[in-house]
Amino acid sequence: MIKFTVNGQPQTTDADPSSPLLWYLRDELDLIGTKFGCGKALCGACTVHIDGQAVRSCTLPLSTVDGRAVVTIEGLHPSGDHPVQRAWRAVSVPQCGFCQAGQIMQAAALLAANPKPTDAEIDQGMSGNICRCGCYQRIHMAVRLAATGV
Amino acid sequence: MLQFARTYTIENVSRRNLLKGFAFGGGLVLMARLLPEEARAAGMHEQQYATGSTGMPHGTVNDPHVFVAIAPDGTVTIIAARAEMGTGAARTSLPMIIAEELDADWSRVKIEQSVGNEERYGNQDTDGSRSVRHFLQPMRECGAAMRMMLESAAATRWGVDPSQVRARNHEVIDTSSGQRLGYGDLAAAAAALPTPPVARLTFKDPSEYRYIGKETVQIVDLFDITAGKARYGADHRLPGQRYAVIARPPVVGGKLVSFDAAEALKVPGVERVLAVQGWQPPGTKFLPVGGVAVVARNTGAAMAGRDKLKIVWDDGPNKTYDTDAYRAELQKAVAMPGEVVRNQGDFDAAAKSAAQVISAEYYIPHLVHTPMEPPSALVYVSDGKCEAWAPVQSPGGTRDDLAKLLNLAPGKVTLHTTLLGGGFGRKSKCDYVLEAALLSKELGIPVQVQWTREDDIRNSFYHAVAVERIEAAVDADKKVIGWRHRSASPSIITTFKAGVEHQAAFEVSMGLVDVPFDIANIRCETGAAPAHTRIGWFRSVYNIPHGFAVQSFVAELAHALGRDQKDMLLELIGPPRVVDLRQTVAKDMFWDYGEPWDSYPIDAGRLRNVAEVAAKEAGWGRTLPPGHGLGIAAHRSFVTYVATVVEVAVAPDGTISVPRVDTAIDCGFHVNPERIASQVEGAAVMGLTLAKYGNITFKNGRVQQGNFDDYQMVRIDESPKVTKVHIVPHPYEVHASGVGEPPLPPFAPALCNAIFAATGKRIRNLPVGDQLKT
Repeated sequence: MIKFTVNGQPQTTDADPSSPLLWYLRDELDLIGTKFGCGKALCGACTVHIDGQAVRSCTLPLSTVDGRAVVTIEGLHPSGDHPVQRAWRAVSVPQCGFCQAGQIMQAAALLAANPKPTDAEIDQGMSGNICRCGCYQRIHMAVRLAATGV
Repeated sequence: MLQFARTYTIENVSRRNLLKGFAFGGGLVLMARLLPEEARAAGMHEQQYATGSTGMPHGTVNDPHVFVAIAPDGTVTIIAARAEMGTGAARTSLPMIIAEELDADWSRVKIEQSVGNEERYGNQDTDGSRSVRHFLQPMRECGAAMRMMLESAAATRWGVDPSQVRARNHEVIDTSSGQRLGYGDLAAAAAALPTPPVARLTFKDPSEYRYIGKETVQIVDLFDITAGKARYGADHRLPGQRYAVIARPPVVGGKLVSFDAAEALKVPGVERVLAVQGWQPPGTKFLPVGGVAVVARNTGAAMAGRDKLKIVWDDGPNKTYDTDAYRAELQKAVAMPGEVVRNQGDFDAAAKSAAQVISAEYYIPHLVHTPMEPPSALVYVSDGKCEAWAPVQSPGGTRDDLAKLLNLAPGKVTLHTTLLGGGFGRKSKCDYVLEAALLSKELGIPVQVQWTREDDIRNSFYHAVAVERIEAAVDADKKVIGWRHRSASPSIITTFKAGVEHQAAFEVSMGLVDVPFDIANIRCETGAAPAHTRIGWFRSVYNIPHGFAVQSFVAELAHALGRDQKDMLLELIGPPRVVDLRQTVAKDMFWDYGEPWDSYPIDAGRLRNVAEVAAKEAGWGRTLPPGHGLGIAAHRSFVTYVATVVEVAVAPDGTISVPRVDTAIDCGFHVNPERIASQVEGAAVMGLTLAKYGNITFKNGRVQQGNFDDYQMVRIDESPKVTKVHIVPHPYEVHASGVGEPPLPPFAPALCNAIFAATGKRIRNLPVGDQLKT
């Protein structure tokens, strides 16, 4: 039995402990904001926070979240107005939008750890997240904007 | 709203003195000059605003009874009928056009996505950069008609002459008494009115536009996307649904021989393992390739189960496909005369008389789309009906393909178009939806099929590999007097029909026969290139190989003749003029993107202009740091003109980075500059990805790549640092043209021309890979 919280709600499951967290979130809890992009922790579309750290949920076995706090895009802010989300809107970052939940979760964790990143630190911190539409210029702008206050 | 992220400029027309260089075949600018009032009063309806939409299945629809609903509280609901894959066209730009002419308050507009139904909504096939190009005028008519119906309803209510009422920002005002009624108050009466005929419609003066051409509207899904609420293909749920992944033949054309599911069925959550019907190309259109499906209570279990399958395949006729060997075949094909698709003057005579003949050969490999959302679909077949939720570029076509597969009347199939997590041409093919339908029908429950990234990369419809050989005859005055371009590349038609070995008209017209150069003797030929895998559309399609070769070769000529790249390019484009290919291209082999020639002629003046704008904005000729270089390329595709200047920096170890990109785009009248800019910015990233990394290879019929570790994407730390977008503005009369695809083709040649300027190393074979590594 694995016990943890998701967006503050306690969860208990006897699901296969080796199964990736992503599918528990999406298929059991219907938290569809977290996306499947590669299944090998290469693209970042599935990024969630575990105890505040950005983690790729597509390869993370459920067993490893036992006793820990998982936050998904749905739980980042009660009304969806985290400074990173507001910055994303201020610069109209998304095109198709599929990778953006992962990008936002990555950026929020980056800024929590390093509130005033340099341009190079932004690029380095966001380089695990792929955007095939190519919104990188605006992602960079939005992270910088979130860091300087929206 | 946009606070500071303006990444684009609208070029100043007077400064550019644009109209001076123009020579419109159709005389549209002239018409607007002579008859502005009449044209406006009569409405620019389809006869006057001719586009290729009439040649598309089901054409266009402009009826507000189809696209607009107004609630008593004034909420205006606009139907989005095309697929939204990230360009913003379907769910924002087209509804914005209706809202503009309707004079609706955008904050009171809601967007509702239609089901697949082209008989009702007109063509829904969202590809070919056609959405705004074909629907600008119909959507404008739709909004204007709805506005006039509201005005008419108000005039009747007040008992006044309709000429004294006017709609303004969600209200109708009686200009004599000042009384006013909201759209909601008039909705029922207006909706009961017949739609006014197009000839009676009046349109807003563009000077009154509040949304079109402005940056007042953001994409409608912005909040939902950033809050994790936006729903894509895998994000819908039905009671009792199961999740499936499929093991497909590793070689396209292969068949299942046998499978052992014992271990797979032991995986917790796995419920069923079954064979899926498949079809073997060529000529199978979008039908699935078959395989073995693992059906489970969640996606992770289905994937884990699939890993445990033991399958025996018969690899079929493509089991020897090897892209190294195939490349040699294509090289052989372009070394000999091919099928002549354009013949102007006499290239052979020009070559004989030339002081020198310069030639080069280019290789552009297979690519795959890899939208961030791998294919997925949820389908429920029951009681003689089918209901599907799927991220498809062609909702109407998918509905019809489902109906055909299931032997149902199209009216029994409901296809809900979800958001697409990227499309790029992949989701024009609905094989993944058909797979889910086959499984649902077999099992009697709703089934969601999820493709993994490996499935996406290994079971796709691939962008065609190409070898391009160009020879130029140059006289003693260093003038180019002859041009021969041979292209060998498998055709997309092979996916629809067996026995095809040469590119079709629509393929050679993407940058091969339509080269707009001012050269007396031009011959274009295609070499034989049978397909050994499924070939499909990829964003901008054959413009990628053709444009890469042509625009690289222009810079090669410049170098060989001691000229500046940009000057050489402008000299070859020649003076502003309409380049009419209809006499020199072989019969039925020229295709102007399906558009009527008079509306969309090839205008050398517009191509020149974008090259000049991009060069000026990029500071062409400026002094650069050591290791940096500038490259330029200009290309017309999807009836839009784009030029890109790339600044590259090549480090001593050969690592490339891109400090700056300047792209000028002339897409005629533009609707949504902010989304145009985002498409151009994105194309720079996709262009860099395909130039730097893009390479799908086959060995023993199998794709050798599988995920983002061996099919790499450019990431934020290596993407262009700044992409500046320069939009060339035009009045309404200059027809809107494509935006989604045209910014892509010039990027790779501009980059490689910049690399040459920086290092003296010419990249003729894509991708760049480690060719510059020292």
